Amino acid sequence: MSEKLTGAEILIKALRDQGVDVIFGYPGGAVLPIYDALFKQNDVRHILVRHEQAAVHAAEGYARSTGKVGCVLVTSGPGATNAVTGLVDALMDSIPIVCLTGQVPTHLIGNDAFQEADTTGITRPATKHNYLVKQVDQLARTVHEAFYVARTGRPGPVLIDLPKDVQFAEGTYTAPQEVRHKTYRPQVKPEIARVEEAIELIASAKRPILYTGGGVINSGPLASQLLTQFARMTNIPVTSTLMGLGAFPASDPQWLGMVGMHGTYEANLAMHGCDVMINLGARFDDRVTGKLSAFAPGSKKIHIDIDPSSINKNVAVDIPVVGDCAHVLEDMIRIWKARQKQLDKAALKSWWAQIGTWRSVDCLRYQRTDKVIKPQYALERLRELTRGRDPYVTTEVGQHQMWAAQFLPFEQPNRWMTSGGLGTMGYGLPAAIGVQIAHPDALVVDVAGEASIMMNIQELSTAVQYKLPVKIFILNNQWMGMVRQWQELLHGSRYSESYSEALPDFVKLAEAFGCVGLRATSVDELDGVITQMIETRRPVVVDVCVDQKENCFPMIPGGKAHNEILLGPDDKPGQATPEEGMVLV
Amino acid sequence: MDPIIEKHTISVLVDNEPGVLARVIGLFSGRGYNIESLTVAETDAEQKLSRITVVTSGTRMIIEQIKAQLDRLVPVHKVRDLTDEGPHIERELALIKVAGTGERRIEALRLADIFKARVVDATLTSFVFEMTGAVDELDDFIGLMRQLGLVDVSRTGIAAISKGPAAL
Repeated sequence: MSEKLTGAEILIKALRDQGVDVIFGYPGGAVLPIYDALFKQNDVRHILVRHEQAAVHAAEGYARSTGKVGCVLVTSGPGATNAVTGLVDALMDSIPIVCLTGQVPTHLIGNDAFQEADTTGITRPATKHNYLVKQVDQLARTVHEAFYVARTGRPGPVLIDLPKDVQFAEGTYTAPQEVRHKTYRPQVKPEIARVEEAIELIASAKRPILYTGGGVINSGPLASQLLTQFARMTNIPVTSTLMGLGAFPASDPQWLGMVGMHGTYEANLAMHGCDVMINLGARFDDRVTGKLSAFAPGSKKIHIDIDPSSINKNVAVDIPVVGDCAHVLEDMIRIWKARQKQLDKAALKSWWAQIGTWRSVDCLRYQRTDKVIKPQYALERLRELTRGRDPYVTTEVGQHQMWAAQFLPFEQPNRWMTSGGLGTMGYGLPAAIGVQIAHPDALVVDVAGEASIMMNIQELSTAVQYKLPVKIFILNNQWMGMVRQWQELLHGSRYSESYSEALPDFVKLAEAFGCVGLRATSVDELDGVITQMIETRRPVVVDVCVDQKENCFPMIPGGKAHNEILLGPDDKPGQATPEEGMVLV
Repeated sequence: MDPIIEKHTISVLVDNEPGVLARVIGLFSGRGYNIESLTVAETDAEQKLSRITVVTSGTRMIIEQIKAQLDRLVPVHKVRDLTDEGPHIERELALIKVAGTGERRIEALRLADIFKARVVDATLTSFVFEMTGAVDELDDFIGLMRQLGLVDVSRTGIAAISKGPAAL
């Protein structure tokens, strides 16, 4: 018979057996027994954040840059409610997280006790699954199940609510190998007949395109390798969603750039004009499809996804393939070779020629000038000066995020961490902290805007405490840039509340936190500042004062089709954005 | 052209654990699906399984989404679309209280006999009828009682099962 342990000790043992080496958290009354157990051991390292939302984003950064499950520990009530934004963020972007929340003792649940919140009720739609553990003997089993659910199938956040009396109670431990989930067994291997149909359709294509997404990244590095292999052996052009950047190398000539609202001209027009679309691990999100009724008209669509509920949700497809991207790609490559398939060479050649003419538009061009730092130029310099250093990039949300997606090249998966689905301002700094914890020697850059960074600025303190040399690269245009851009284009330039009034001096702010603060106000200062930022082995905040008026192009206005893409400020929409487009976010 | 709205009866086998019904209901409200009827009860005490029967409506694409979304919930074992899978039986139970005296009271009792509704409580001024049947039959009977002193109705919602030997 195994020895008796307290709930808190069982929890730590379970985490250790799940391979957890780091946990992001913030203590409080309802988790004190767990913090006491953490204190008495050295296997699980705790990173103290400054706000519970940041604990989840840090765990997301950790998870996305390693492929492992990120782990969070927060207290009851406000600890749990503060974590909710992070949980929804992880849910929308399919990031595996296990979040442990303290809860008031079981006999007080429902009594409106101090720091009580109905955590499982609040987080039910914010998680992939959640648990309330009422008996200590269920604790280890629940933790193992939670990790299994978080990482299996389409990954996501799982929450375990732990009443304080359960943390104190004595019980027995259950090892992970003794736990098998009763019901949850997502399909990872595809039906071969479906893959064969897909291969036949691809082989008949004249204008094929691979539209890849976060599912390829989530599947693991093998999926990215297989994607690259399949794309190269077929010579099919590749585009990707915001979430999928890095799955296919940006330096490859077959890479068209990102698709969607701020995607490249060539990627969007190729999507619009294709005859066979191969969706690999993407979900036909509204940022990608634009106007649904005009989305890739006349194309046949194959949708490969691990989540059956993603299929036919927004766009009806011709061949659905349920499975994990790596498994499906393996079968696709095998069948393609076995059947000695080949695409129509002449058709493919003219398709590439067509793409070449779209490419020659040079959609990411912008007005170069010596007078002011253009945000795009700042990112081009960041790109050049970090070349060969294999940087990890996180972002906040807004114009800077889209520019980063357009201008920074990703050659490998797990290097790009951005809040895609939920669009959470304040994501980038804590995420960068999580990435840096996982990769202590790597160059980790948070491309930020001056508005977004203020949303979790307190995490500079965390970076300093753990000596994490994260780089916060603020493209400071003194506006909530994307809000201003929409107001300019859609609301008659009435800039309602989008000016960043009363900004702090970011250099002094950095210094006050114990970071290094740098500023670039002119083009000739920029390279020196970026170099200094890279070479400083401490947290650095860089205030890059950029052109205040610059807008992010290309842009497909809400409710418009891919071929109605705007290339620049002089490109006016053919007609006013329709009413139904205005209401879209 | 308006897309065709279909009505479907879906059976869902779930772990009978705290919060499972909230998950199902939250899914419908959170994603804007309709619930026309929903019933739930434990059907296997040993394995702690409950069966939820939900009647919903939507376009074919929405119905498929509903099933996929239900199937995605972690405590869900099985999702079956009885409407799609062929012949099945749907039944509902209602308790119907009618108050009145004289001719109306006699007429209520007469109709109850025709509809095979059972008297489960009687006073000198009221009856409670129990009636089981297809939804339409219940609707018809309750409609008639409305004119004869109906004061209260409690309905269970639909329970459904497929015809033939196959299990869920």
